[in-house]
Amino acid sequence: MQHRPPSLDEILRRPDIWRGQSCAAVRSDSISTGHAELDAVLPGGGWPTGSLTEIFVERPGIGELHLLMPAASRLTHQGRWLALVAPPYVPYAPALASCGIDLQRVLLVRSANSRDQSWACEQLLDSGQCGVVLMWPEAAEQRDLRRLQHKAENGTAVSVLYRPRRAPPCPAAALRLHVSKRESHTVVQVLKSRGSTVANPVRLDLQAALTRRPPVLAEPWTTTPLPAFLQTAC
Amino acid sequence: MLWLAIRVPRLALEIHSRAYPESLPLALAEHAGANATVLLCNAAAHDCGVRPGMSIASASALRGNLCVVGRDLPAERCAVERIAASLLSFTPQVSLAGPAELVLEIGASLVLFRGIGRLRRAIAGNLGKLGYSFRMACAPTPQAALWFARAGITACITRADELPASLKGVPVTVLDSPEPAAALQRFGIKSIGDCAALPRAGLARRLGQHLLDEIDRALGLLPDPRPTYALPDHFDSRLSLPAPATQTGILLIAGKRLCIELCSYLSASSQGAQQLHWTLHHERRNTTRLVMDLASISRDADHLLVLLRERLASTTLEHPVIALGLACTRRQPLSFATRALLQEQVSQSAAADRLLDRLRARLGPAAIKGLEQQMDHRPEHAWRVCSLGTGRKTPAAMSNGVRRPLWLLEKPGMLQERQSVPWHEGPLTLIAGPERIECGWWDRQPAIRDYFIARDARNAVLWIYRERIPGGRWFLHGYFS
Repeated sequence: MQHRPPSLDEILRRPDIWRGQSCAAVRSDSISTGHAELDAVLPGGGWPTGSLTEIFVERPGIGELHLLMPAASRLTHQGRWLALVAPPYVPYAPALASCGIDLQRVLLVRSANSRDQSWACEQLLDSGQCGVVLMWPEAAEQRDLRRLQHKAENGTAVSVLYRPRRAPPCPAAALRLHVSKRESHTVVQVLKSRGSTVANPVRLDLQAALTRRPPVLAEPWTTTPLPAFLQTAC
Repeated sequence: MLWLAIRVPRLALEIHSRAYPESLPLALAEHAGANATVLLCNAAAHDCGVRPGMSIASASALRGNLCVVGRDLPAERCAVERIAASLLSFTPQVSLAGPAELVLEIGASLVLFRGIGRLRRAIAGNLGKLGYSFRMACAPTPQAALWFARAGITACITRADELPASLKGVPVTVLDSPEPAAALQRFGIKSIGDCAALPRAGLARRLGQHLLDEIDRALGLLPDPRPTYALPDHFDSRLSLPAPATQTGILLIAGKRLCIELCSYLSASSQGAQQLHWTLHHERRNTTRLVMDLASISRDADHLLVLLRERLASTTLEHPVIALGLACTRRQPLSFATRALLQEQVSQSAAADRLLDRLRARLGPAAIKGLEQQMDHRPEHAWRVCSLGTGRKTPAAMSNGVRRPLWLLEKPGMLQERQSVPWHEGPLTLIAGPERIECGWWDRQPAIRDYFIARDARNAVLWIYRERIPGGRWFLHGYFS
């Protein structure tokens, strides 16, 4: 079969081609974050799949993990893994479950060796089995990070690298976010976004549910049906 | 009936050389002493001028690092049996003929393998991957096929009426026992054709009936039943290395041979491996054992080899390895559907299992875990790690309405209290709570606590609790991330 030479339009639509006067079209593969305000500022309208996202976190406890939960919930229910590589604390199963994550699809990689950590990240990204890969590499070198970006491009996972505030940024990352907290709102600032302009910071109220009164707990004995033998006895 | 004879002429050398890179000059002697002579040598040794018949002392003088191995007859027998086991995936009828010879009945396999050419190529590929050089010949009788293979004639005779003509030129040296062959040569009889033309009665009187019977079997005039090689119940194979190895690259060569042997064995027995035991033998040291559990049963040699590579990458070899062993302790029937998927396209779950196998091989089974919820009110007991995929489905009601942090501290961190306010890099503001948890008195790990959601001076949201006992202190237990 003879291949038709690509038209100029097709060539210009390629994500790796930049035109001087405007921003290139970004890759369209992305997954909605589940936060409408955040989708609006991210290239492609969501978490990019197949490229590395870097999130700089000021401190724990400001909603940095919550940002990913709606997308992770959807992907785990599609049968793909949510992988957490070397998380700094225990990812708390009841909280993950209440965010809608299918716990049977959560994969925890715990290794103290930083070489093994980045090796595991590469394997996870390369396999195509993971929907979301969240990574906290201990002492990531630029060379390792570039390799991760390369592997991320092969796969279709939302690949997120959580970095402490003062870590040197990874030049290979396609999207770089900074997460901080102002009063009760989580502020997400896009620091770098390949192929689009940088937008204004977004304020998200991720923790509003915490201060709301909890819903009245359903009494267990009303929601759980009685065992069959008891029902007949009654 | 169509028989394929396989002869491995350099078996005695190749059982050693196949476990090592080809660059190692290697010579085989009758025994390891210095006054022995070289029986066989590999290409690297041949290039330095080592020739069969040379004494070991002069061969070693030619090449200082020449590795000399003694002949190991039990290992040769084992090797032939393992070749037979690997050939059972091509035909059910495999017989051991001589010390380095096998005959296979392939007439029944021709349809499955779509012709004799493809079948021969498949068998040749298998033997090549095992690391053996070989000669092959096809004939309607096993004896004739063996004769062709011994004579080095790559015959492929499929019809019985062509047999007498094609056997005519075969030299008498191919006969099973050397004495009648030597006697025939003394008479000036060089080929089987000449021998068959002699008067039978006189030949039988001089050289015995056995010779005539052998010729008759080859021509198909006498029945030639062959015992069938039966697959052993266990797979336990060992490959000695000609020289001690400290590099994983060398071990992987031997590992690859063993993986291929195992996978042909499994394919002959329609099984897949679930657990592998690798043993690294050292000189005068305890054996290193590596046990590998597979996430799903497999008989894919490449996959098993990748697992060995990852495992060796995370293992430090403290002593040189002199032999590598592989045993398959747990096997399971591999269903036909799975086999079709493995060959054609790897399904989603098989790919996931391979990923898990690789991760476990490198990082160890304890590093790869899943999460599970537990029915307990104590936060530290409401979760636990479990092996992947074995976690129980949690009832949805359990996670309804409770506010739990995404990060939990493995060990609660004690907080200071200043002016009756909990303190964590500044005063904490309680924004919700208390949630009273009081349970666990029955297993002596009681939790009597009031949990609060607190915001610190820089707006991070924490999960803290206060022990509900006189003089109770504050603790940080999690982050609402």
